Amino acid sequence: MERITVVGASLAGLSSARALRNHGFDGRITVIGAEKHAPYDRPPLSKEFLAGDASEDDIRLAEDDDAELEIDWVLGRAATALAPRERHVLLDDGSRVDSDGLVLATGARARTLPESVPDGVHTLRTLDDAHALRRELAPGARLVVIGAGFIGTEIASTAAGLGCEVDVVDAATVPLERVLGAEMGAVCSRLHARNGVRLHPGSRLAELLGQPRVSGVRLTDGRELPADVVVVGIGAQPNVEWLEGSGVSLDDGIRTDARGRTNIPEIVAAGDCANAYRTYTAAPMRLEHWTNALHQPAASAAALLGQEHTAPAHHAVPYFWSDQYGHKIQFAGHRTEDCTVHVDEGNPDGDGFLAVYTNAHGSPTGVLAIDRGRSFGRWRRRLAARE
Amino acid sequence: MIFVGELSDLPPGESVRVEGDVAIAVFNVDGELHAIDDTCTHQDASLSDGWLEGCAVECPLHAACFDLRTGRPDGPPAKKPVRTHEVSLHDGLIYVHESTRAGADTVAAADAVAEEVS
Repeated sequence: MERITVVGASLAGLSSARALRNHGFDGRITVIGAEKHAPYDRPPLSKEFLAGDASEDDIRLAEDDDAELEIDWVLGRAATALAPRERHVLLDDGSRVDSDGLVLATGARARTLPESVPDGVHTLRTLDDAHALRRELAPGARLVVIGAGFIGTEIASTAAGLGCEVDVVDAATVPLERVLGAEMGAVCSRLHARNGVRLHPGSRLAELLGQPRVSGVRLTDGRELPADVVVVGIGAQPNVEWLEGSGVSLDDGIRTDARGRTNIPEIVAAGDCANAYRTYTAAPMRLEHWTNALHQPAASAAALLGQEHTAPAHHAVPYFWSDQYGHKIQFAGHRTEDCTVHVDEGNPDGDGFLAVYTNAHGSPTGVLAIDRGRSFGRWRRRLAARE
Repeated sequence: MIFVGELSDLPPGESVRVEGDVAIAVFNVDGELHAIDDTCTHQDASLSDGWLEGCAVECPLHAACFDLRTGRPDGPPAKKPVRTHEVSLHDGLIYVHESTRAGADTVAAADAVAEEVS
């Protein structure tokens, strides 16, 4: 194999290029990125960068050593089609990149509302999105966040810190309900309330008001919330449309085995776009976690090069973190509907705690911690060793 | 010199955080004591809460690994090293001698500033 193309230039793409070199590949590596920016770190976009506490330079992912990777960067060009047998990637300027092997790492994008929206309505996924939103979050600005998932709750926290008036609208009864369940979601509700952010649980957006600029939102129960700025944080979807009809197996992202291999030889996938088989849950799962985008490429790159790769056991345990109102929230593992949760350490309304999720068979499957980094690290490894 | 505590309170595999000019993390690796800056150079996290793996500590938040002997990260996400500090033991009591020299990068930056000034 002499030429490998990595499609995607964010954390998973850069990590793939690094992993290929680490595994000894000395051929040509081309990395294609749809954004014009060099790889940058996305988690700070809703936190330190949005708050103005981190600069573009602070969130740059490439290091000085990365020059030694000798990557051919093709930035500001999106892949539009793939000829799998020839491994040709077509780009949106009509050019073609030929390779012997491919890493698909095109990530995900923010889900948007189906209709066109007035000015002042934002999503947050990219650096450009973050710049645009940052300009609008002036002290006293009234912000309505649609969606109480991670991106929505983090933006609510950051905006409150900037002196904005914040309302959060979500169909669920508590924030982060899908991931954390009702009981621990309620702990997050109280965190928002203590910081002056108003939650509107069980509410759905009916209509965005104002034209050409947004002036508020109307909910399905008829209530209206005034707004100077609206953020739509309703999840992300994998960037895989360009692969439709290519023969690469798609199902909520790119289907791969545990090593990142797709159904087509010499084509692997990694990061947010990969619906990979997970040994931890013994089922395929698409993860949008930062640590997955950091670690999975090592396995995928090894598989592409026909090498064995053994990752530390705890890397198999899905992990994410969130920073809200100065608190560090960490979750590892997986919560299923049959799980019960108990507080193992601390007090949910005190200065930090750790809670363990246990499935119907009495086996711990997940752990949540707020400001309990040390115990959390131990639990994450305990979950890795539970089999 | 900063008093850390009694060795008996810091068994192998354990770590503790003490306050110097900045917070310092002290580790007992199988009887050998190491001290580094407590705050991860990647993002705000306390390395004394990290996971000890051989002679390296993994940041509790984003899994950056630092060599306790050199302060160097082994790869992403951290780019800059943490400072290392000398540790001494007298009569079962642990002390840390805070480095006045900052990490290599900071020294280079300070030198550059000095040159500009002069």
